[in-house]
Amino acid sequence: MDLKLDHHTQDDTEIVVVEGEIDVYTAPRLRELLIDLVNKGNFHLVVNMEKVEFLDSTGLGVLVGGLKRVRAHDGTLDLVCTQERILKIFRITGLTKVFGIYESVQEAIDNRKSK
Amino acid sequence: MALVQLTISALPAHVRTARLMATAVARRAGIAESALDEIRLAVGEACSRAVEAHRAHCPGQPIQLDLIDGAGPVSSRGGAPAPAPHNGQAAHRFEVVVSDRAPAQEPGIPLDHRGDGSGLFFDDHTPPDGVSGLSPDVGLAVIVGLADEVSIEPNEKGTVVRMSWPLGGADADGTDRLVG
Repeated sequence: MDLKLDHHTQDDTEIVVVEGEIDVYTAPRLRELLIDLVNKGNFHLVVNMEKVEFLDSTGLGVLVGGLKRVRAHDGTLDLVCTQERILKIFRITGLTKVFGIYESVQEAIDNRKSK
Repeated sequence: MALVQLTISALPAHVRTARLMATAVARRAGIAESALDEIRLAVGEACSRAVEAHRAHCPGQPIQLDLIDGAGPVSSRGGAPAPAPHNGQAAHRFEVVVSDRAPAQEPGIPLDHRGDGSGLFFDDHTPPDGVSGLSPDVGLAVIVGLADEVSIEPNEKGTVVRMSWPLGGADADGTDRLVG
């Protein structure tokens, strides 16, 4: 399956909904979207990965790149993911310590606002 | 031993084709369902790495995948040192070999990956516009983390990445492979 991207605003946070496979072929599209959102002043992002079917290190690199960009503006980039097969690659690379990973969009938003 | 070979051009779109092919052959070989995701991801990482290397050095050259049902352990065939099989027997394995023809570069991290992510990300030298904020060695680290046995052999002709997993999770006696 190809990659589908959508985004909307919720509670002053830009929610990026990703569906499909994030790999070396499709990751540049996600990268472009994240860059575009940051360039338009969206510095608090939540990437909803509940419908992601595949994620490799190229996709991880795009997410890390997005995190670097929002942090340059004192922003945040959190993830929503409960799929074990997707979480596994975050664990292997140690990136669970870098990203906030939540079970729902609302939980991610609430956690950020409580800090 | 049964062999399926796949040759792809160095195009990102073909990495998915390689993943699908490897997963299908692994399933046919009798790999446990729980390991199929690992194979899919590890093969994708190896092919992504090879495609990026070819695009930088030799975009017109193809990349070759060998999918081997019933290979012996890597350690018994002159490859890099590998851990002993968990059951102490030289059981047959499903092996994937990804061979590229780009000038080899030594991996920047040891293969006994630490797993804590330290040093793998937030590379200060990565430009903000770079595709990846990760070290390019992360892909290899992921392969090491996923495959049961791994050897990465750079030579003058390119790099050969060998990954293998034990057979027998789905059909321990291998009988359905004889009749299918």
